[in-house]
Amino acid sequence: MAYSAGFTPHPKVSYANAAPTGTGSEAEYLEIALTEVRDPEQLRLLLDESLPTGLDIVEAVEARTSGLADRLTASVWELRLDGVEPADAERAVAAFEAAETVEVQRRTKNGVRTFDARSAVVGLQSSPSHRSPADRPTDQPCAILRLVVRHVTPAVRPDDVLSGLRAVADLAPPVPAAVTRLAQGLLDEETGTVTDPLAPDREAAATEPQTAGATAAATAPA
Amino acid sequence: MPAEAAESVFPQLEALLPHVQKPIQYVGGELNSTVKDWDSCDVRWALMYPDAYEVGLPNQGVMILYEVLNEQEGVLAERTYSVWPDLEALMREHRVPQFTVDSHRPVRAFDVFGLSFSTELGYTNMLAALDLAGIPLESKDRGIDDPVVLAGGHAAFNPEPIADFIDCAVIGDGEQAVLEITAIVRAWKAEGRPGGREELLLRLARTGGVYVPGFYDVEYLPDGRIARVVPNRSGVPWRVSKHTVMDLDEWPYPKQPLVPLAETVHERMSVEIFRGCTRGCRFCQAGMITRPVRERSITGIGDMVEKGLKATGFEEVGLLSLSSADHSEIGDIAKGLADRYEDDKIGLSLPSTRVDAFNIDLANELTRNGRRSGLTFAPEGGSERIRKVINKMVSEEDLIRTVATAYGNGWRQVKLYFMCGLPTETDDDVLQIADMATRVIQKGREVSGSNDIRCTVSIGGFVPKPHTPFQWAPQLSAEETDARLQKLRDKIRGDKKYGRSIGFRYHDGKPGIVEGLLSRGDRRVGAVIRAVYDDGGRFDGWREHFSYDRWMGCADKALAAYGVDVDWYTTRERSYEEVLPWDHLDSGLDKDWLWEDWQDALDETEVEDCRWTPCFDCGVCPAMDTEIQIGPTGRKLLPLTVKKAAPTG
Repeated sequence: MAYSAGFTPHPKVSYANAAPTGTGSEAEYLEIALTEVRDPEQLRLLLDESLPTGLDIVEAVEARTSGLADRLTASVWELRLDGVEPADAERAVAAFEAAETVEVQRRTKNGVRTFDARSAVVGLQSSPSHRSPADRPTDQPCAILRLVVRHVTPAVRPDDVLSGLRAVADLAPPVPAAVTRLAQGLLDEETGTVTDPLAPDREAAATEPQTAGATAAATAPA
Repeated sequence: MPAEAAESVFPQLEALLPHVQKPIQYVGGELNSTVKDWDSCDVRWALMYPDAYEVGLPNQGVMILYEVLNEQEGVLAERTYSVWPDLEALMREHRVPQFTVDSHRPVRAFDVFGLSFSTELGYTNMLAALDLAGIPLESKDRGIDDPVVLAGGHAAFNPEPIADFIDCAVIGDGEQAVLEITAIVRAWKAEGRPGGREELLLRLARTGGVYVPGFYDVEYLPDGRIARVVPNRSGVPWRVSKHTVMDLDEWPYPKQPLVPLAETVHERMSVEIFRGCTRGCRFCQAGMITRPVRERSITGIGDMVEKGLKATGFEEVGLLSLSSADHSEIGDIAKGLADRYEDDKIGLSLPSTRVDAFNIDLANELTRNGRRSGLTFAPEGGSERIRKVINKMVSEEDLIRTVATAYGNGWRQVKLYFMCGLPTETDDDVLQIADMATRVIQKGREVSGSNDIRCTVSIGGFVPKPHTPFQWAPQLSAEETDARLQKLRDKIRGDKKYGRSIGFRYHDGKPGIVEGLLSRGDRRVGAVIRAVYDDGGRFDGWREHFSYDRWMGCADKALAAYGVDVDWYTTRERSYEEVLPWDHLDSGLDKDWLWEDWQDALDETEVEDCRWTPCFDCGVCPAMDTEIQIGPTGRKLLPLTVKKAAPTG
């Protein structure tokens, strides 16, 4: 592993756009700089073995391009709202989509901050109702939202969208929502979805001979 | 335990985690943590370090026992730590019990709930954990399905203040003791738990190595002192012995140190290079109760470092012991390790270095990879006289010579640790600390040719501890401690020429009084702990949670019935005849020897170290059937030829 120069060298690892605490993710990306060329698959296996259960390294590719972080322009999230009737969720989503702006507040280190949660949202849909998700069988109603949100500053998080739903339609889930990032990547404006951010590196690796450099790895905590 | 009672509470816990600080500390799954199949084990331990995860996780004792137990077929051990008040409130509201971080099972589902007490300030946290676990706070109220609540660690050498809350205590080294206890629990369960809880505790007590407070009655004199402590069951020994592990090379634990998920107080791997200390510092409970000295061999240390680094990826190795530079082969160990890991960015550190054992070659090896920021020494006492009293025989000349070498070799900062309130101490003894710091700066400026050097004086109140020669000593009151510290501070600040180069850090005297009450307390102090807990007391080792007024208020009320008070436990000097609350716990130290050493202290007479001079009859080796185990072995650490084959990444 490569280290930074200086008085106290640190390993060269950069985490792009990490998911907020308390959310799940199937799509986190990080870059690790190495001092010599290694087989990405070998590296993936070694990292995967040393990580706790549930933190899985899904894929590692050699970085052939710069700007992985620049290709992470949007995220797809799933928000599971246990105890919420799908019909109520649909009404709230419709009200949110209809609004020009949705002002929400978030508590930060520097006090309460007010900002618009609407403009960053590319898409928000209520999935067709399923009463009992496979991993948590229950008789309770359950609404599932799919959110595509652009990465902007200040960041609009799934939490903020939930605050927005509460603001426009008084939607108040009885238990905290289970939030999972499904994908991150470059936003395709036409389809409203994201593309694989590692694709350019993978293509380059397939066509060019190996060079020394950094390796980008994708991880997905379950 | 019915099977469903042992199910993971993680689903309920997970819903609470978004609302608490640092939720990562509760999720478990650390590198080298172990989750064994519940149903295929018949003896199950929950191990607790009763403080927050960031303090508890690096604790070596818990880490060692966790691994020793989990290595056994059919035995599992999981860890639990104190939850912060924010999560405690939510757990109470949502009825989530105290859980282990490994598989999030309720602590009450385990057979044994073992707590390791490095300090008495964890007692209220134990009550919080018991209460959250749904285990009755007092031993007498527990039923057959409650775990056996077992205390260990240094504070367990006087478990009397928590006698009502624990079922039993083990003193000394835990490695073999936990295996003996496991065997007894296993046999009792296999037989269908005959005689219930009482029978199990009786079997444990009869080994002579497990103290069951409920099997002893304490009788008091009219003046409040203890008349005697008597077993109330047959077959229960009058005194309970400490456990001593011999041949440390046979116990190379932890082999796979835990790698914490959240930031902790020690971000390094520790290897214990020896256990015990016979320097004979009279204030030092650790040195007295861990005798004799047992060294791990240089090659044993080399193996542990190598395997541990491979298993963890840590970048710093702490060579741990009570006085690490005293290892008979420390020079070769430091050089051998520095050679082996020179290219790998592995730092070495040597906590607890004595001024007189320090040498510049050693320091150079330790800093080969790193920077020379600071050196720390603990003269403990400011005057030559008081250092004779405490038997910390470090002369001021030694210290000045050592710091001169250090400043001359590139170090810029020296930290000096002291205590205030040592027996026979006067203002003058403490004020001499300022003179010592001044001389350090003087010398430092002279040899370094620079004004840019610092000396930090760090000082806290002395608390007399059981099983030491100072167990009879009066503790200095909080007011007098604070007044003395104030005078020292004024003297340092008043020094126009050197004062600005001298840092001053101190701990006020109040927490020391509570620690003193708990460390030399008897069973009556249990009522105080209970009252403080009921009043909301938690995390007493944390300044932001500790409340002196709460402790004093509760003590006034709880002790009034007994005709004693906090001063009686702390600032009162004890006499030779007095039965001390911990006399029936045998650390091997001969009480008469301790008394002689106490008298020698008052006469300012020093005692040597038995590693290098003839035995002075402290009593430990014959009483415990142990012996000093030290090198040199004459062996060296060879280069690791396989080093380059290790995976990079």
